[in-house]
Amino acid sequence: MKDTLMRYVVKLVRQALVASIWLSFLTLPIMVIRVDTIEQTVTWRWMHLAYMAVGSFVLALAWYAMMDRRDRGQAKKDLETVERVSALSQFLSDPRFAKPLMAFGFLVAAAFPWFFSLYQTNILVSAMIYVVLGLGLNITVGLAGLLDLGYVAFYAVGAYTYALLNHHFHLGFWAVLPLGAVLGAFFGILLGFPVLRLRGDYLAIVTLGFGQIIRLVLENWGDFSYGPSGISNIDRPGLFGINYSVEQATTYIYYIMLALVILTIFVTARLKDSRIGRAWLALREDEIACQAMGIDNTRAKLMAFALGATLAGLMGVVFAAKTTFINPASFTFMESAMILAIVVLGGMGSVLGVILGAFMLMLLPEYLRAFSEYRMLIFGATMVLIMVFRPEGLVRAKRKVYKINVEAAG
Amino acid sequence: MEYFLQLFLGGLSRGSVYALIALGYTMVYGIIELINFAHGEIYMIGAFMGLIVAGVLTSLGWPALSILAIALIVAVLYSAAYGYTVEKIAYKPLRSAPRLAPLISAIGMSILLQNYIMLTQTPDFLPFPRLIPELAFMDRFSNYLGTSDMFIIVTSLVVMIALTLFIKFTRMGKAMRATAQNRKMAMLVGVNVDQVISVTFIIGSSLAAVGGVLIGAHVGQINFAIGFLAGIKAFTAAVLGGIGSIPGAMLGGLVLGWTESFATGYISSDYEDVFAFLLLVVILIFRPAGLLGKQRAQKV
Repeated sequence: MKDTLMRYVVKLVRQALVASIWLSFLTLPIMVIRVDTIEQTVTWRWMHLAYMAVGSFVLALAWYAMMDRRDRGQAKKDLETVERVSALSQFLSDPRFAKPLMAFGFLVAAAFPWFFSLYQTNILVSAMIYVVLGLGLNITVGLAGLLDLGYVAFYAVGAYTYALLNHHFHLGFWAVLPLGAVLGAFFGILLGFPVLRLRGDYLAIVTLGFGQIIRLVLENWGDFSYGPSGISNIDRPGLFGINYSVEQATTYIYYIMLALVILTIFVTARLKDSRIGRAWLALREDEIACQAMGIDNTRAKLMAFALGATLAGLMGVVFAAKTTFINPASFTFMESAMILAIVVLGGMGSVLGVILGAFMLMLLPEYLRAFSEYRMLIFGATMVLIMVFRPEGLVRAKRKVYKINVEAAG
Repeated sequence: MEYFLQLFLGGLSRGSVYALIALGYTMVYGIIELINFAHGEIYMIGAFMGLIVAGVLTSLGWPALSILAIALIVAVLYSAAYGYTVEKIAYKPLRSAPRLAPLISAIGMSILLQNYIMLTQTPDFLPFPRLIPELAFMDRFSNYLGTSDMFIIVTSLVVMIALTLFIKFTRMGKAMRATAQNRKMAMLVGVNVDQVISVTFIIGSSLAAVGGVLIGAHVGQINFAIGFLAGIKAFTAAVLGGIGSIPGAMLGGLVLGWTESFATGYISSDYEDVFAFLLLVVILIFRPAGLLGKQRAQKV
């Protein structure tokens, strides 16, 4: 026993050493050398090589150990017929614990602005915007399996709807909020119609292209969108003509967002188990089989696109009202990638997972300022690692199970 | 007419670079049906390797043309190594996963590589040394075609011919075509599929690196984000020509280059990038199989 363990460790260390040497060699020029082509000077930063060697050794060790576990787990899973449920998710799905937990969460959320500073409240509002965006994208990507890489375009549609209507016609937040949602849905369908015939990865690229087109148009069509300089002095939300101070307005937006988050959670959770939700899951698993079961593929896809886009449009309006300034730079591909990272990290198809994912990805960088430079680097690495080691994400999406009491029936 | 010729040749050189990058997409897609999202980043890393080598050698006082040659070779070797490693880390463990998994992992890899360059090198644009000297005999064409354009066109042509010969006549090329046709069947007749996939990534990455160094020397500046746009445009080119088809990628690159060149020349230069995306969307919607691809029915 001890002998096999020894051999396992030696094997791991050897693999990690090889990997570390290879990666150090690979990153050597870019990590070490920095040239200034104007001054014609070359800086050599040999310390970086040492960091890289040590860092990659540790990472490679972890990588191979996890890889080993994964392969063994795979072999074991092939033998099992019943899906295992972790203790945590069992705990969370038990209504005796889940209900008080939810109530507690709601109370904390409701009391939050009274106990924490404006800054904290603001961060939480952003995090909540991303919760809703994540849940919206979750409908398209997680449930229906349509990889949408241009999701942020709908967000931009909502934001510009409010900004432009407010700028030109002084329309208020509450008037535009439903309009933003409708326009989001409209663009969702507009994009949805032509791309429905495309298979998975082509669809991803077309949506990516669409997202870029929207951003480029916003950037270049100055007469319409005021170009790269954006639109400023957008009104904060008011209530029957009352205008709030900045502090009050933030608290107000906080509660608006809280209500919207709860509404979205409720709607998406209910949608998942509904007729259309099950149609989406079927669509995700196998399009042809789904069609053969009599599901209208086109309709189901359009619904997924439109609903996801609706939520994004809604959030766009809130975003514009919150920041009072928008420009096309807020709607780049990286933003889409980040929302996708939220969904992937949290667990595609799982509502709870997406909420956790959004809070993690939005709050961690805020509080770990020292690492904020490395934020996107870590996002990227996490996306790869999650796909390799835990494709189901933080929280595995659960399918609703209908139990039949055989004895009573028989 | 002169203006037309100018745009035509400009489009040709632009399109050759798209074609070089598009080949990497199309070959990888042909073999493992994956959109290698990190491919644009490999191209960007190629450009950076070229810049670093050129910077070091310039400070040592080497002549320009030999620097260009060495920069190209080093960039190709390193990019190939990066492509190989990316495949081993991000795609190989996901061979049997659902289709979306490797695509998302590829997006993650792309973000990772971009930020890696941004953090270790610079977030700003770096001026790329002038590696391509102005040749005297090019003077009389200078109205239509700069020396660097000519360099790009000639180099891409040579590389593409070499690739075509490699795919057609070598054992490895045959194995690649077999794997692209049917991976399981190729495995059964003794093709080492893992090796074929590695070689595909290595070749694709090398071509991208050639493109990266040439475009760096031509445009005169690079930064960490150039891979994104170039990657998408090259992908457009690959889809345009029919993804999976090697001559298709070359043709698609040229068509895209000309489209952009003429559209910016005759219509408006503000929307340069929009034309490429519009072309992509239109092609995918009306002819998803591309110009040279075959329309295939989806089977169960």
